[in-house]
Amino acid sequence: MLATILQNIFNALQWGSFYSMIALGYCLVYGVLRLINFAHGDIFMTACYIAFFIASALLSTFVSGGSVVFVATLILTMIATALVGVTIERVAYRPLRKKGVNRLYVVITALMVGFILENGNLAFLGASSRRFPDILQKELWNFGPVTLTNLKVLVIVAAFVVFGVLQFIVKKTVFGMSMRAISYDKFAIPLMGIPVNRVITFTFALGSSLAAVAGILFGMSYPVLDPYMGMTIGWKAFIAAVVGGIGEISGAFLGGFILGFIEIFIAAFFPSSFKDLVSFVILLIILVIKPTGFFGFAKSTKI
Amino acid sequence: MKKVLIAGCLLLLSLSMVMAGGGSDQTIKIGLNIPLTGDSPKVGEGAKYASEIVQKELEAAGGLDVKGKKYKVQFVIVDNELKADSAVQAALRLVVQDQVLAVMGPCGSGRAIPAGQVNNENRTPMVSPWATNPAVTLNRPYVFRACILDPVQAPAAVNFAGSQFPQAKKTAILYNLDDDYSKTLAELFRDSWTKSNGSGSVVAFESFGQKDQDFSVQLTRIINAGADLLYLPDYYNHVALIIPQAKDLGWGNKPILGSDSWGSADLVSLSNGAVKGYYFTTHYAAAGAVGATKAFIDKYKAAYGYTPDDVAALSYDSIHIILQAIQTAGITGNLQTDRDGIKNAIATMKNFDGITGKMTFDANGDPEKPAVVVRVNDAGEFEYVTSM
Repeated sequence: MLATILQNIFNALQWGSFYSMIALGYCLVYGVLRLINFAHGDIFMTACYIAFFIASALLSTFVSGGSVVFVATLILTMIATALVGVTIERVAYRPLRKKGVNRLYVVITALMVGFILENGNLAFLGASSRRFPDILQKELWNFGPVTLTNLKVLVIVAAFVVFGVLQFIVKKTVFGMSMRAISYDKFAIPLMGIPVNRVITFTFALGSSLAAVAGILFGMSYPVLDPYMGMTIGWKAFIAAVVGGIGEISGAFLGGFILGFIEIFIAAFFPSSFKDLVSFVILLIILVIKPTGFFGFAKSTKI
Repeated sequence: MKKVLIAGCLLLLSLSMVMAGGGSDQTIKIGLNIPLTGDSPKVGEGAKYASEIVQKELEAAGGLDVKGKKYKVQFVIVDNELKADSAVQAALRLVVQDQVLAVMGPCGSGRAIPAGQVNNENRTPMVSPWATNPAVTLNRPYVFRACILDPVQAPAAVNFAGSQFPQAKKTAILYNLDDDYSKTLAELFRDSWTKSNGSGSVVAFESFGQKDQDFSVQLTRIINAGADLLYLPDYYNHVALIIPQAKDLGWGNKPILGSDSWGSADLVSLSNGAVKGYYFTTHYAAAGAVGATKAFIDKYKAAYGYTPDDVAALSYDSIHIILQAIQTAGITGNLQTDRDGIKNAIATMKNFDGITGKMTFDANGDPEKPAVVVRVNDAGEFEYVTSM
């Protein structure tokens, strides 16, 4: 029993890490624009595919994997995905924002961008699943009853590092301060000489590169890629962000782990066929009791 | 001006004569209700390629010979996206809009059960190549299949486990809750295993959802329950994720057994070889095939660059069952009469000589065939082990 619980704590930490990293992306964009970027799950999927192509190219050049290839793939994927995110913002969201339309239309646009990414992938790359290459040599570590892999530990560590870096950027840098300022009052801030569009571009770049970190690690952990892989996990991460409190970085981060732990431990003690049912009933109860999430703050207008 | 007009008329006249003189003015339409997109597109690809091979054979023979007259055969392909509702739509489209004589597919039971209902109600013969669930053909005189059934496959897997791994007394099962095929097979295996190893010998009976990628909690429970054998009646894309995760969580070298849904050309590449050494029950084994089976495999390999999986082989057989039935029944030109004729011809077919074995259909429309056990060998080929 103890062995099962210990092992499941690590399973939940790994699974929750992915929700957290994706939820942070939702949170960033929401924090600045009050926009729920529903395309984020599909940006995550796109990142997986970008990482797949970069890693395959690197592996065919350098023959064997290893940490150098991993770091190179990580950096290149982050840059490429950031470009994807910024392009989406330029093409789909900024024109609407300029026209000053209701936020609802931007959210619908985000949903459409998600479908475009999915179906674009389907049209150009075909429906066949792809195998993500093994970048790192897998190692199995046994600690008594608990079995871990180096990858599992890497995923968990990465989630915390990402959170730390993000906290630093938002709380300690000029850009972070601008982001918070825009979130606070988007009408007065341009008058202060803060380049709003540039900050928004930076926010999308940052959010998308987070999705890239999640994407590459996800590809390594669950190495079968398909065009719809981002949909369900994206929605669930969004729910996690809301449960944690979507306007707050620590809220979204914690929300991811809450959902990871709920899902894993429900399946551990109930029949696994009840997993999603019971998980979402619990999340619903949490939201009914505390609609702003654990760390959220009351806002008069949400979308 | 007049000259041009006359020349034009002559041209039209000659064209129409050429077309009429071509002989095969009538075309036989056969529908293909298969998944070309969705979660396992390789299934639909195999079925489509099999139809292309049949098409080439027919072209080489100058058409299908029905009672001395040559007919052109046209395959109308509709994508069912591996979804039950789309499969129903596809079946309706083929029957009503395209007015096909008969339908091949859907491939898997999750789609073949609802689509079979549509075909049966519209009195159009349907042959599913790969659907192993009993409900597909049950009480549906117009629905047939070319493969073995789950009630044959599951006990065959249990018997094989008994002879191959006599030390394995406790088993665990991990199945896909969203798929009728996987769920039914899991239950049949559980009942059959309990019958031969006593109650309590199935120590874990776990499920997951179609879109799940993480199976760690189910596998943790399976491993800690002390199972000696793991049964995975799941599609290859899930199998490719489950087996490496099981190994990462400490499953070790204990045996894993699969079902015919493993038998895809993508299994080995998607799992990066993690499936090598494991066994599964299926319909045919490509490695070491002879005769017509080998001829089909060679043609397929030459055209598409890889060994055909069992869906491709069974699709090839299913199409030939339909074609042979058309030859037996003949073509009257009345759609419903022809459809009924084909149904009766399949129902009374004796020893159809398919590349996956000889088939005679029972009262339900199911062929009497044994299950084949294959092993994924070190080269990643599916190697024949035994028939149960």
